[in-house]
Amino acid sequence: MSFRPTCHPVQGTDQRSPLNVIVDGTAMVARAGDTILSFLLRERGALRKTEFGDGSRLRAGFCAMGACQDCWVSLSDGRRVRACSTLVEQGMHFVTGLDNGAH
Amino acid sequence: MSNVYPISVLRSKPRICIVGGGIVGSAAAFFLAAAGCPVTLLERDTIGSKASGVNFGGVRRHARHPGELPLSIKSHRIWVKLEELIGHDCDLETPGHLKLALGEEEMAPLEAWLPVGREHGLDARLLSARELAELYPWLAPGLAGASYCAGDGFANPRLVAPGFARAAREAGALIREGCPVSAIEKGLCGWVVRPEEGGEVVADIVINATGAWATTIRMDFSAPVSPAPAAPQMFVTEPMPMRIMPVLGLVSGDIYLRQSVRGNIIFGGGRGKISADGWRSSPGETPFREVPAIMRRLIPDLGQALIIRSWTGIEGHTPDGLPVIGACPDQDGLFQAWGFSGHGFQMGPGVGQCLSELVLTGKTDIDLSAFDPTRFAHAAARTGGGIH
Amino acid sequence: MAHTETRPLCVAIVGAGPAGLRAASTLVKAGLRPILINEAPEPGGQIYRRPPKALLLFRSAKDLYGADSHRASALDSAFDDMKERIDYRPSTSVWNATRRNDGRVRLHLCDASGEVDTLDCDKVVLATGAMDRIVPLPGWTEPGVWSLGGAQVMLKAQAQFVGRNPVFAGSGPLLYLVAWQYMKAGATPAAVIDASTFSAKLRAVPAMLARSAVAFRGLRMAVALRRRGILVLEGCHAERIDTTPTGFLVSWAGEQGSGDISGDAVAIGHGLKPEQQLAELLGCRLHFDPGAGQWLVETDRDGRASVPGVYLAGDMAMIRGAHAAETAGELSALAVLADAGLAPAYDGVRRIRLRRSMKRQDLFRKGLEAAFPFPSNRIENLPDETTVCRCEGVTAGDLRKAVAHWQPADVNRLKAMTRCGMGRCQSRLCGETAAALLAAGSGRDRSEVGFVRSQIPVKPLPIPARERETQR
Repeated sequence: MSFRPTCHPVQGTDQRSPLNVIVDGTAMVARAGDTILSFLLRERGALRKTEFGDGSRLRAGFCAMGACQDCWVSLSDGRRVRACSTLVEQGMHFVTGLDNGAH
Repeated sequence: MSNVYPISVLRSKPRICIVGGGIVGSAAAFFLAAAGCPVTLLERDTIGSKASGVNFGGVRRHARHPGELPLSIKSHRIWVKLEELIGHDCDLETPGHLKLALGEEEMAPLEAWLPVGREHGLDARLLSARELAELYPWLAPGLAGASYCAGDGFANPRLVAPGFARAAREAGALIREGCPVSAIEKGLCGWVVRPEEGGEVVADIVINATGAWATTIRMDFSAPVSPAPAAPQMFVTEPMPMRIMPVLGLVSGDIYLRQSVRGNIIFGGGRGKISADGWRSSPGETPFREVPAIMRRLIPDLGQALIIRSWTGIEGHTPDGLPVIGACPDQDGLFQAWGFSGHGFQMGPGVGQCLSELVLTGKTDIDLSAFDPTRFAHAAARTGGGIH
Repeated sequence: MAHTETRPLCVAIVGAGPAGLRAASTLVKAGLRPILINEAPEPGGQIYRRPPKALLLFRSAKDLYGADSHRASALDSAFDDMKERIDYRPSTSVWNATRRNDGRVRLHLCDASGEVDTLDCDKVVLATGAMDRIVPLPGWTEPGVWSLGGAQVMLKAQAQFVGRNPVFAGSGPLLYLVAWQYMKAGATPAAVIDASTFSAKLRAVPAMLARSAVAFRGLRMAVALRRRGILVLEGCHAERIDTTPTGFLVSWAGEQGSGDISGDAVAIGHGLKPEQQLAELLGCRLHFDPGAGQWLVETDRDGRASVPGVYLAGDMAMIRGAHAAETAGELSALAVLADAGLAPAYDGVRRIRLRRSMKRQDLFRKGLEAAFPFPSNRIENLPDETTVCRCEGVTAGDLRKAVAHWQPADVNRLKAMTRCGMGRCQSRLCGETAAALLAAGSGRDRSEVGFVRSQIPVKPLPIPARERETQR
């Protein structure tokens, strides 16, 4: 078993309305108010595999404020969205290119 | 066929001064320095900063004007052995070049060129609409056809001129950046090249390889034509997972496109702006509005790829779109090599080699008559009811 | 055509943080209808970033903004008051700015749907804020490693801890602030690794007394962290981040010796750096500020840049924090009015007061610079394997080799030869490190190797979904 980074809701998420989304073909539940970054990090531990460099090449954002451009993900319709500054919407379908479970 | 130009060689290894450090000047500097000549190259900014270093990077013989083919083919032979020559292959890739006809009427020029290309030994063929769809399923449907030439491709433009300049330096050439030239004068013992900062470089041979600025340097004679500057606009996307091979172009020229080995799609089209003083270019709005849309129509699967950068360079155009290469008959020892009109990158190494051959032996194996510097003067005289 | 009595002055403000909001409200008070362009869906910038509405139910202003909650609320109210009287463009980014031949400024916009458009104005106030200033270290690109600002935004705007036991490393006021905020919200920081030494902070005390309340607050945070038993290491650097089966292991070294700290997240940062691309694209002059150790856009004391019609306010001009940003926003708006001949007489009095306030802010800023100097020597000693350009995967070793091989005259040349800075972030995270490596490798000062020139689009632009006809 290896370490999987995540983020931890300060107050739990149960009180926020659920949003049904799909991640790489699998149905999942996000919460109203989640950015794509928060959701994918919490559930998957990573957002994408970066194209270049050493190490795991897994990436999960960095600056959370739309500056580092490391959190761009694709939707199934080809749209590119910046995960840290885009809210999850009902029905979104993410294509991450990660193996299931990230690690 | 050989061309003989009268040159007076005062020394067995003439002193060379090259003005302009693009691919042409840098390649010439390398070949001449490697042959043992004392070479000084003066570049006003940094090597390759105006056109050679910032262009599309296409290395193509395909679909060239027939007058350019011998030179282009000679140059190609240098491209494929760059590593051996200058120690770096400059990321050359040769997936071939595909020139697309959007409509039936655009097939005619491709059909007309094919026998010419084959005559020169190129491995080219036509593709029908059906063949296009089979070979390149990522292309939008509805294209009329294409011409394909094997062995063409692309390189990293940022590395080439600096690569040649570095190799020239190692062969003993003096390369000076940040050194604009104000005048080229005839002196008692050869040519005198005057940098703006002062001092002088005395040489037996001067090569004017200053691109769009070819006639901005004060010279004692007037040039038959001045290059018209243009600022083609380039774009690059984030790295894309799909593979697009080969290098793409349109008969219309509205877009040219390639995918780098790292996955970025580099494409160009339209023109940006040139500053009032003529030295700087910047991207314009119209290409931003039009060219990415052309790309999306051509390759629908690109979806909404992110454009991460756009830039321009400045190139010099001649009235007939062919470069000016060679000596002016009454200017013994002065050579012109500019006006590549947006398609000089691939020919640069070949031009450099030709220039070194002309300087050292008085002749070269390439027919350069299409590039005669005096051709515009002749044309003007003919049409203007001149003196002959 | 210049503005006349018949065509009112058109002013655009880029950025809706404290500087942009104050600039807007000042112009509204003067009877103008400015255009306020906000990249985010809600105003407040980063410091006063509003969580999405679905989260607001669970957070109070005090929770979110702590000691500055009254300022945040005041700005909130100011925005609500003026919303109907401005041309507000949320979720719209400005990816290019150019000067027209008639002297007006053209902003190039991209809205939420990806539509590209242009907007012409007589004057532009740039208030685009700042981002974390990063010194890379081995392991910094792994998931779970954040910037300090990123860790703060996750807490503030998403009500998420990046970890229950994060390791905070770097320097600057933000280091202590974020660690303290995490502690207050219920996390247990594993450690605070502060590159700045106690003696540097001590030397800076006189300057920092220019804003004693703020300085005292900072001190209280450090004390509170220590009291909670959280390890605070002054004069120490994080050297590398390794991932273990159970989390991160951060190796550190410095005045306190050396060691390893375990945590489930890491947040790094050495202060902030301005987002100044639009000013640069407009042709504004920059100079190297030795105190800040950064290239900054030149402005006069009211925020006028070297290009007429361009005004700068807030952290994008100089890192001075949120209070100073509000002051700068107002000053720049008053400068706009004065330059357009629209300023009423009493503005002069107000301006004097604001300038005095800025002087105090500047003194405090100099104190901060002295207390938390940027650790350029860290960059010189980066292990070769350290990823410098995380977009393109270029390491410190790659850069050092290229510096030796090509001997580039400036950092733009180094970028061309290595691809460092050619990725999606356009050198935001790597440009300064690349310049420092070039300076070190060529025996020059950082001020002599230039800065990575901004190129367009300032942020990645999707290939337009549709093209729109532009009105001129």
